[in-house]
Amino acid sequence: MRFVFKTSYDADIRWFKHGPQMFWYGLLLVFMLALPLYFVWDGNPYLLGEFTGVLIFSIATMGLMLLTGQTGLASLGHACFMAMGCYANIKLLESGVPWLISFPLAGLLAGFFGTLIVSPVLRLHGVYLALATLAMAIITGDVIDLTERWTGGVAGIAVPDISIFGYQINKYANPYAFYYVVLAVVIIVVAFYRNLLRTPLGRSFAAVRDSEVSAQAMGINLAKTKATSFFLSCTAAGLAGALFGHSAGYVTNETFDIVMSITLFLAIVVGGLGFIHGAFLGAIISGLIPVLIANGRTMLSTSFDINLNIPGLESAIFASIVIAFILFEPMGIYGRWLKIRTYFELFPFYRKDMFKRQKSYLKTERVQ
Amino acid sequence: MSLLQITNATQRFGGVVAVNNVTLHVEPGEVFALVGPNGAGKSTVFNLISRFYTPAEGSITFDGHDLLALTSDRIPSLGIARTFQNIELFEQATVLQNLLVGRTRHRRTNILSEIFFTPNARREEVKHREAVEQVIDFLDLQAYRDKMIAGLPYGVRKVVELGRALATEPKLLLLDEPASGLSVEETQDMAFWIEDIQKQMGITVLMVEHDMGLVSAVANRVMALAEGAELATGTPSQVQSHPAVIEAYLGTSGIQKGGQNAGEKTTKKAANKGGKAA
Repeated sequence: MRFVFKTSYDADIRWFKHGPQMFWYGLLLVFMLALPLYFVWDGNPYLLGEFTGVLIFSIATMGLMLLTGQTGLASLGHACFMAMGCYANIKLLESGVPWLISFPLAGLLAGFFGTLIVSPVLRLHGVYLALATLAMAIITGDVIDLTERWTGGVAGIAVPDISIFGYQINKYANPYAFYYVVLAVVIIVVAFYRNLLRTPLGRSFAAVRDSEVSAQAMGINLAKTKATSFFLSCTAAGLAGALFGHSAGYVTNETFDIVMSITLFLAIVVGGLGFIHGAFLGAIISGLIPVLIANGRTMLSTSFDINLNIPGLESAIFASIVIAFILFEPMGIYGRWLKIRTYFELFPFYRKDMFKRQKSYLKTERVQ
Repeated sequence: MSLLQITNATQRFGGVVAVNNVTLHVEPGEVFALVGPNGAGKSTVFNLISRFYTPAEGSITFDGHDLLALTSDRIPSLGIARTFQNIELFEQATVLQNLLVGRTRHRRTNILSEIFFTPNARREEVKHREAVEQVIDFLDLQAYRDKMIAGLPYGVRKVVELGRALATEPKLLLLDEPASGLSVEETQDMAFWIEDIQKQMGITVLMVEHDMGLVSAVANRVMALAEGAELATGTPSQVQSHPAVIEAYLGTSGIQKGGQNAGEKTTKKAANKGGKAA
């Protein structure tokens, strides 16, 4: 076990707890930066596209993680805010706004309108808030349909290319550049997220999550804090939606459907609620499973001549994974990793109840 | 002028009068204790001051401010901090983070400077941590500072909650049963801390407590409540020997009346059972 001797307040504030941790994250960054080189050498950037997709998804899961994992507010309608970001980005680009402005602005617009729409239901708790946002997920497609004049509705709308100082980036023509754009956004979002966790706002989110009564007694304005959390969360979702649009190239009323909303929520539960790592692990799992199933299917049919063309197989497998996690590992993949690490660090003093977790996410309000 | 002035406050829950026309004033620098049997309305008085409830009648002023004009999250900014009877800590956060939440009222940064973590945000953060470390030092919480609340024993949680209230740097500290559930040694520690809080830090303390030993050790003045109404106010010994207080705690002498009381109790129990069955 590593003991960090803290000699300054900075030891508690800075991003990395100790040197080796900084080294490993540095190594991860180098790996992510060098990843496209492999595909350049390989000549087939198909898998890089999958990586990019996972990174885009992880921006959205980070947004939802901030809301659900940090603030304890469940949202089953986050694809709705992704759609807002996506269409805002398209409309801004079409009206001639440069991408470097339209992209962040699309995120902020999604954040603003998302918070505006959600504000009437922000007083709701747990299941009720989840239901209200679920309703939002259901009507997203219909609203896109109704506003066909702007959104293209069922017929869909083409997403303009990214253009940075005249340099055109298209996912298909230049997958490497697109990967780096997405990676840059991911790094910025992670940096903001980490900053939030070490400052009063992030702590007030955790306070609202764990005890609304005492958060209030400490001077935290519940409505304002929840709205702020929603704003930041929707902004991240909006950014992810805008990038998703660029990645898809063409979006219709079915792009941001309810399945995407629920997948987002399931991803953060499987990844591990309350951890940034959990947001990434969840995004990886939800991005990998369809690929694995498709590959497994191909393998089965080519090697063993077994054809598995059961409709809904992917959803079924994903759902059973989620059920298994909720039953056996409520803290998600990252929680499992923490337990394994602690087991070895403390060997042989690890206790089974060391990570016992109170069900604080659905706690009702009480005053005594 | 008194620091806290409650005048003719009345709080009803349906037909139950939880606080009945209570008037009390807390002077700067004193330790004021509220005592009384269960259901006497002591915690309700706290919740009135914290503005979780709005009294049906009466007024509450603190340091020249009308508390009834403020919402509950504005109360700490005046310098009122509180603890809860059933500990209300942030379970999934460390002791240090819990205490840092107590610094909310001293937050000088906004969302933008925090997200970008500007040099100013860093300076403020260091200031908050300095203040919190002093509280940790004062309450001997060093061993627990990076531990999750969820895994801490009851006695430590009680101290952490006191620490979180102190981290707000209050003028008035509301302690709701600070010694309930504590061992004899822990109660003694609590008594010393309350004394230090009063004398060294100059913080006024208003507390609810059942442990008369602790009350007489630290309190300057005591108010006894029963069924929402004031019975007596004075020094701990005055209140303890007040006939009305003795009656409220022990009942009156006389076999006949005692019998009546017992009878009342049984009917109450029966009523409760009936209620449960329904």
